Amino acid sequence: MTARGTRTVGDTVFRVVLTAFALVIPAVMLALVLELGLQAWPSITRFGAKFLFTSTWDPVAEIYGAAPMIFGTLVSSLLALLLAVPLAVGTAIFLTEFSPTWMRRTVGTLVELLAAIPSVVYGLWGIFVLIPLLRRFVVPVLEATLGWTPLVSGEFYGNSMIAAGFILAIMILPYIATVSREVLQAVPTSQRDAALALGATRWEAVWSVQLPYARTGIVGAIILGLGRALGETMAVTMVIGNRHEISTSILEPGYTMASVIANEFAEATTSLYLSALFEIGLVLFGVTVVVNAFARLLVWRVARGSAAGSTAL
Amino acid sequence: MRSMLAALLLVTAAGCSSETVFLNGAGATFPNIIYQRWMLDYNGMHPNVQMNYQSIGSGGGIRQFSDGTVDFGGSDAPMNDSAIAALNNNVLHIPTVLGADVLVYNLPEVTTTLRFTQDVVADMFLGRITRWHDARLRAINPGVTLPDRPIIIVYRSDGSGTTYIWTDYLSKISPEWAERVGRGTSVSWPVGIGGRGNEGVAGTVRQTPGAAGYVELGYALINNMPAGLLRNRAGNFIEPTIPAVTAAAAGAMAMMGPDTDFRVSITDPEGADAYPAASFTWLLMHREYTDQLKTRALIDFVWWVLTDGQVVGPELGYAPLPAQMQSWIADRLAAITVEGETVWQRPDR
Repeated sequence: MTARGTRTVGDTVFRVVLTAFALVIPAVMLALVLELGLQAWPSITRFGAKFLFTSTWDPVAEIYGAAPMIFGTLVSSLLALLLAVPLAVGTAIFLTEFSPTWMRRTVGTLVELLAAIPSVVYGLWGIFVLIPLLRRFVVPVLEATLGWTPLVSGEFYGNSMIAAGFILAIMILPYIATVSREVLQAVPTSQRDAALALGATRWEAVWSVQLPYARTGIVGAIILGLGRALGETMAVTMVIGNRHEISTSILEPGYTMASVIANEFAEATTSLYLSALFEIGLVLFGVTVVVNAFARLLVWRVARGSAAGSTAL
Repeated sequence: MRSMLAALLLVTAAGCSSETVFLNGAGATFPNIIYQRWMLDYNGMHPNVQMNYQSIGSGGGIRQFSDGTVDFGGSDAPMNDSAIAALNNNVLHIPTVLGADVLVYNLPEVTTTLRFTQDVVADMFLGRITRWHDARLRAINPGVTLPDRPIIIVYRSDGSGTTYIWTDYLSKISPEWAERVGRGTSVSWPVGIGGRGNEGVAGTVRQTPGAAGYVELGYALINNMPAGLLRNRAGNFIEPTIPAVTAAAAGAMAMMGPDTDFRVSITDPEGADAYPAASFTWLLMHREYTDQLKTRALIDFVWWVLTDGQVVGPELGYAPLPAQMQSWIADRLAAITVEGETVWQRPDR
C-alpha cells in the first residue's frame, strides 16, 4: 500500500470516529426524549393538556395535574436569580476591581467552595439555620414593607417558596460569581485605563465600560446558574414545603417538578402513576429547553447591543 | 443435561454445605435497618448464604419482584389484586416485623403528654380543627393549658410506608377521610406542608411551634421525641411502645383467621392495650420457585427471621410479631414448591 493510500485511510477512519463522537450526544438526547415520551404516553393520552393546567395531584384517585410544580419550578428559580445575580456580580466586580490581593484569593476560593457543598447539606442547613433566620429577621421586614401585596401574605410556616429561593440563590451564587469574575478579568486593561484617563471615576469605569464589555459573558453565567436552579432537587425538596398548590404569596409552601419526581418515584406502584411522573420529567425537560432557548436569544440580543454600543463609542 | 445438572447440584448440596447461595432482594426502605442486621447475623452463622437487599422503596421492590430480577421483594403496602393477578397469583406476603407511626407535635408551652381521640386526629388532618386552643382538644386534655396557636400539619412528602400506615389509620377512624383522601404511600393532603423523610418531618416539627406530624415509632424512640397518646377502639389512650404495637397485631389476628393471605391492615384493631396506628411490613415471595437450593436457603432464612431473628427488633425500633403468628406463616412457607415439590418442613423445636 502506498503512503498516500495509508493517509487517506487514516483520514477516513479519523473522520468517521469523530463524526460518531459528535453524533453520540444528539443521539443520547433523542433517546432520552423518546424514552420519556414513550413512558409518559399513557398519562399524556389520559390527561391531555389538562396535565399542564390543573392542580390536583391525587395518587389514590389517580388524577394528576402538574400546574403547581411547573409554577413552583419557575418561581423558585426566578427568586433565586433575583437574589443571587446582584450579589454574585457585585462580588465579581469587587474581586476584580476593588479588593486587596490577599482578599481576592481568600474570598474567591471561599466562593468557589460553596459549589462543593452537597445539596443535602444545604437542605439540612436550610431547615435548621436558614428558616429560623428568615422567621426572625426577613419575614417580619417583608410583612412590614410588602405586606399589603398578595406576594407577601398568609401565614409563614417556615418551609416555603421564599426559603427555596434563598437556598437556591446561595447554591447558584458560586457559578455566577466565578464565571463573571473570569469574564471581567478578561476585559482588556486598556479599556479601563482609557476610561480613567478620560476622567471617569472607578464607579463610572466599571458601570459604563467594563460591565458593557463583559455583558455577554455575565448573561452566560446567569444562564448557567438558572440551569442549575431549575434542576436542583434535594435542597429544594427539604425546604419548599412540597404542597401541590399555586399561591401568589412567597411565604406559602410550593412544589417543584424535580422534587416531585425525587419524592414519589420510588414508591409509585401503579403504571399510570409512574407514567405521570415520567410526564413531569418530560415537561421539566421541555421547560429547561424553552428557558435556555429564551436565554440564548437574550445573549444574542445583548451581544448585538454591546456591539452597537462600541460602535457608538 | 438439565436433570444431570440438577442431580449434580443436589449431590453437592447434600455433600458439602459450603455451596454458596446468593439471594437478592429489593424493596421497602422502612425495614432496611433490621433486614441488613438479619442478613449480617444470618451470614455469620451460615457463611454459604450471601444475601443482598437494596432499599429502593416499596414501589421499586414490587416492580423488581414482579419482573423476576430479585428472589424476594420487600413492601410496606400490600400488592393490589390486579398486580397479583398479573403474576398468576404466584405471590406470598410474609409479615416479618411490625412498624408504627407516632403523632409528634411542638408546643413549647405544654409539658404534659397530650391525648388525642379518633375524631380529633382526623379533624386535625382534615383541616377542620385549626387551632390548639380548640374546645374538643381542651375537653380531652383536662388540666392542660393549650396555647392559642395555629395547628400546622406536617406530612411526609416522599412516598413511604409510614404515610401508608398513617393514612390507613385515618381512613379507618374517619369515613370522611376514607372518602375524600383515602390510603396510599402518597396522598393528596387536605392541609399542611411536606417534609422529606422522617428526619424532614421531625426537623420541621421541631423548628415550627404549633406543628404536628407523624414519624416512624423507631425514629421517635431513638430521638426521644415526645409523642401523643392515641385512643384505641377499646377506648383507652395508648402510649406508643413496642409491646403496644405487638398487641395491635395480636388483636388483629382474631379478625384474620389462619387462612389469611396476610394482606391485612391492622390499624385500629381490637384489644385493650393495642396501639391503633401500626402495620406489618411484608416480604414478597413466590409460591413456586425454580431453583431448589436457593429456595430452601431463602425459606430457612425467613424462618430464622420469624423465630430467633425477632429478638433484635425492639433494640432497632421494630415490634416483634406475636408468637402465635409463627405457625400460620410456617404453613405458608411449607407450601412453597419447586417444580411441583415442596422443599421445606417446619423444624421440630
